[in-house]
Amino acid sequence: MNTRPGAGQPYVRDQMLAEKAPPILAAGPLKWARENLFAGPVNSALTVLGVLVVLWGVQAAYPWLRHSVWTASSLGECRAIIAASWGEGASGACWAIINERWTQFIYGFYPSHLYWRPVLALGLLFFALAPLLFGETVRIRMAVLGVVTLLLVAALVQLGTGSGLSDLALLVALVAALWVMWKTPSRMLWFAVLYPFLAFWLMWGGSIWLPLVALAGLGVGWLALRATLGFGGLVAIVAAIVAPLIWWLFVAGHVFAWLDASLPVAIEAVRSDKFGGFVLSLTIGISGIAMSLPLGILLALGRRSDMFLVKTLSVGFIEFIRGVPLIALLFTASLLLNYFLPPGTNFDIILRVVIMVTLFAAAYIAEVVRGGLAALPRGQFEAADALGMDYWQAQRLIVLPQALKISIPGIVSTFIGLFKDTTLVVFVGLLDPLKGITDAVRAAPDWKGVYWEPYLFVGAIFFIFNFSMSRYSMYLERKLKTDHS
Amino acid sequence: MPNTAIDRKIDRSQMQVSDEIAIEITGMNKWFGTFHVLRDIDLVVQRGERIVIAGPSGSGKSTLIRCINRLEEHQTGRIVVDGTELTSDLKNIDKVRSEVGMVFQHFNLFPHLTILENCTLAPIWVRKTPKKEAEAIAMQYLEKVRIPEQAHKFPGQLSGGQQQRVAIARSLCMRPRIMLFDEPTSALDPEMIKEVLDTMIELAQEGMTMLVVTHEMGFAQAVANRVIFMDQGQIVEQNEPREFFNNPKSERTKLFLSQILGH
Repeated sequence: MNTRPGAGQPYVRDQMLAEKAPPILAAGPLKWARENLFAGPVNSALTVLGVLVVLWGVQAAYPWLRHSVWTASSLGECRAIIAASWGEGASGACWAIINERWTQFIYGFYPSHLYWRPVLALGLLFFALAPLLFGETVRIRMAVLGVVTLLLVAALVQLGTGSGLSDLALLVALVAALWVMWKTPSRMLWFAVLYPFLAFWLMWGGSIWLPLVALAGLGVGWLALRATLGFGGLVAIVAAIVAPLIWWLFVAGHVFAWLDASLPVAIEAVRSDKFGGFVLSLTIGISGIAMSLPLGILLALGRRSDMFLVKTLSVGFIEFIRGVPLIALLFTASLLLNYFLPPGTNFDIILRVVIMVTLFAAAYIAEVVRGGLAALPRGQFEAADALGMDYWQAQRLIVLPQALKISIPGIVSTFIGLFKDTTLVVFVGLLDPLKGITDAVRAAPDWKGVYWEPYLFVGAIFFIFNFSMSRYSMYLERKLKTDHS
Repeated sequence: MPNTAIDRKIDRSQMQVSDEIAIEITGMNKWFGTFHVLRDIDLVVQRGERIVIAGPSGSGKSTLIRCINRLEEHQTGRIVVDGTELTSDLKNIDKVRSEVGMVFQHFNLFPHLTILENCTLAPIWVRKTPKKEAEAIAMQYLEKVRIPEQAHKFPGQLSGGQQQRVAIARSLCMRPRIMLFDEPTSALDPEMIKEVLDTMIELAQEGMTMLVVTHEMGFAQAVANRVIFMDQGQIVEQNEPREFFNNPKSERTKLFLSQILGH
């Protein structure tokens, strides 16, 4: 009988072959090591070299870390403790500075009895973002919010909100928010609209009427949109932008003054120069991220528009902003604007910086999103057109969901860059955590000479935030993947 | 015949051509830059007609039907669809587009939405149909194209033939009075062509006005009441299918038919 097909002979297989295990070197960890660590002489040499470099780094840093001192009241005391336990000349980390001064790295010079306000604002951010960022299943949403609520309650108990009554009110409000989140998460979208104004009030304090009057601007915009919708989309959009601007610039001030005088409701105000550390970084970073995304999307759409003026303005804006350093914009915000604004105008420095950071990031986001838009096949636009959708429907329902999905890695990179760039505000005299606060802490005679520890601490916190953003973006990419089962 | 044989029995009882005019194109010209892609097109389509447009590639047949729902803009002449003239007026364009369904060569389903969402999106947002009702209509059409069980999958999980049938259902959900098909089977594997053609035949049997750009001459013979042959941006010949295939008049038509049928 034939056992193998040979040339010129007919062949029929009479028995199918059973499955066999692969040879030992072709599977499992051995295969992985052979392919990835010792694939050839150069690869093997690089592996050995790499291991040596890692060992050298560990060997250099390990004693310093092992000799860490956690409790001391000054650098001198740290050094004495290290010398006493490890002998003269031993070096060691003095984490006591972090232990002693960490509140400054986090809160800057925010009044310590009001620490609960920024903490609460950060916790509520998760409630505001829940429907947008992790709202797709009840389990994930409630798990995240449950953990946030527990941490928040623990922090608020620790910090104290000033009175038992406000403690109780907050607790009830949090439980109610959790309940709504569980039952009808779509209602919480309203909270996402309210949140910026609430957070502003919590952070800066002062009269409740200021954020409310500002919020009313959105209502004015909505009314303008409804009233002018009959005149066509473009007119309505212009009206919806111009009407709130008029409200905020010319009307809001008087309304606020009148309300504040007739029915004053206020909490203790905190001035912008008290902000510092991560409270400052997060304030600037989160506002910048939240505002630069929509602005960047509009710029990207503008750059692809057929309308000459819209296109030219978008291109000009994007190229100008990308062409100048962020620090130049920050200097403009802090110094030059004073020359142009009417004398006596009190235009908050943090607000100015937020605007500049937003514009800066928006230009980059615009280019990232434009890449996503360009990657969409023309057929998608044509299918939307052929179904009778107008421009904004097609953008909102078909184009942007796909383009933004493609752009997620680029957008998140821009956000991470923006967040790290918030440390540049030190150049306009704000106390960023990396240099502003560190210098302020080291200026104290007790801690003169501490070098590595504050930077490592601040760096670690930045890493946690940025790494979380990066992981979140990977989760989002996985979640939105629909091209296979 | 190189194409899929149309073996099913075709019921022509509903395929009535009425006197009512669905599309009227007069003296229409279009240029891409300086390239004169459509030249003096005159075409009247009556309600209920099934017209197959054939011709070599680059002859302007796709561009012609894309002009009918303004995916391409014509430069001179008139196009009147369902009594609405296509001009730069956006309102008219959107009105025509919501009355005219279009099926593309590459399906152009929305990959980020499920099959059901693909079908309900335009009815909900353009026609303002309530969601429940739109879903019921969508399921009805998905059953008609015989893939209701795929409703909750994403387009990427379906075969080409299934995707094209979803694309047809998606267009039908807008309840169009005219359907345009731009080479609906050209991107499909041979074994999937039949399922799409079957769906189109059913549509014809229900009296839909159809303009079909295709190389499926079997479909043309079985379903069309008129075949139009285009070359170099012009309508070269039109006739009812039997005459067109058995007794072509122009040399260009004869050459074309011998090329695509002469295996």
